[in-house]
Amino acid sequence: MPEDVSALHLILTGDPALLAIVRLSLIVSLSAVILAALIGVPFGALVALTRFPGREGVVVVLNALMGLPPVVVGLLVYLSLSRSGPLGSWGILFTPQAMVIAQTILVAPIIAALTRQTIEDLWAEYRDELTAMNVGPIVRVATLIWDARFSLVTTLLAGFGRAAAEVGAVIIVGGNIDGFTRTMTTAIALETSKGDLPLAIGLGMVLIAIVVAINALAWTARRAGERMAG
Amino acid sequence: MSMRAPSTDLPISFEDVSVTAGAVTILDRISLNLAAGSPTVLIGPNGSGKTTFLRTAMGLIAPARGRITWGGQENTPPVRRAIVFQRPAMLRRSAAGNVRYALKAAKIPRAEHAARLAEVLALVGLEGFGERAARRMSGGEQQRLALARALARDPAVLFLDEPTASLDPAATKSIEDVVRAIASRGIKVVMSTHDLGEARRLAGDIVLLHRGRVIETAPATAFFISPRTEEARKFTAGELLI
Repeated sequence: MPEDVSALHLILTGDPALLAIVRLSLIVSLSAVILAALIGVPFGALVALTRFPGREGVVVVLNALMGLPPVVVGLLVYLSLSRSGPLGSWGILFTPQAMVIAQTILVAPIIAALTRQTIEDLWAEYRDELTAMNVGPIVRVATLIWDARFSLVTTLLAGFGRAAAEVGAVIIVGGNIDGFTRTMTTAIALETSKGDLPLAIGLGMVLIAIVVAINALAWTARRAGERMAG
Repeated sequence: MSMRAPSTDLPISFEDVSVTAGAVTILDRISLNLAAGSPTVLIGPNGSGKTTFLRTAMGLIAPARGRITWGGQENTPPVRRAIVFQRPAMLRRSAAGNVRYALKAAKIPRAEHAARLAEVLALVGLEGFGERAARRMSGGEQQRLALARALARDPAVLFLDEPTASLDPAATKSIEDVVRAIASRGIKVVMSTHDLGEARRLAGDIVLLHRGRVIETAPATAFFISPRTEEARKFTAGELLI
């Protein structure tokens, strides 16, 4: 098919427009995953290890937020960052920063909910031993996060998958501005609607290749780590 | 780990101790003294309260009535006590990593870690296993690693909850050898078993529990030759205690 050939050509020749789009997508999604992990892992661990009134409700809400619709998040962030919104003075609507914020909001609940489950399961297994060893609360949390690290890598991958694949939030708060806020997913949507199938297919291939490559890398690291630590 | 002066954790004294879970009484008004010396072995049928007794003596369960003192003091943190659970959880680290974790948790000075690690691994017969992933070791090896981890804390008293349950005879023998080695170092061993043969082989003293009560306590030789109670006679004769 001619479109496929053109798409491959774009990839193989390192088309600058395509590379810029790929680069921005990776920066936005990876930044969002890092920020979401900094929020979600400690929060998930906290919910896993503490008992307070309404905890069950927090767990249910956290799990439900994993299914947060990207367009709704996009809309809320848009309203907050628009000139008349509460954070309008930041002036970052239609910038990559706004896209990072929207994706962080989408990914943080996924990381928090999955971390909560992982840490809670491991705590059920470790509780007696750590209590008998007289381990204090801070070391306890650190131990559980460290020992759950291989499962938490999968959690981060789930978050990255969500960020890299979503289009609804970034298109609303980023605006899909050529050369500035255009990501792989928004470009695919746009190019397809314009009928520029080679670029759309090329970007689709790159997107899938990146997701597969990152997962393969994480898998290899996990297997190597598990061989060492069990 | 050499012979030490008696620790502040001994004797452990149960004074009219009851432990309940909801409406169920698991330990029923137990008064008992665990002093330094040869191993004390708890025997009794399943559900008699052996595990709860060990956890309570370790300080992991608070009694609903009565009081427990360790070396005359209440509410002492479990610094010189250690326990090996029936199904010990291995931390997701190497065998050596598990022992090092226990050394750190017990606040043993870092300079002593390497020597103590080598010492406890040798004591349980796991020399050369240090770099193995703990969770990939066999059941018997994990049980010995759990013993090494407990010994790393330099305990004055060591609680063992059915340490040989579900192990084959060879693995059982190696655990029993370790228990003897531990006891010979002056560490007070308090262990449970439902294996009368094991109780005969290891016990200095016997505590027979039934339905949460202490039925009989006696030196092992006396207990097996001339049990004083009907329950003890039945149990040692291999009859069912229901």
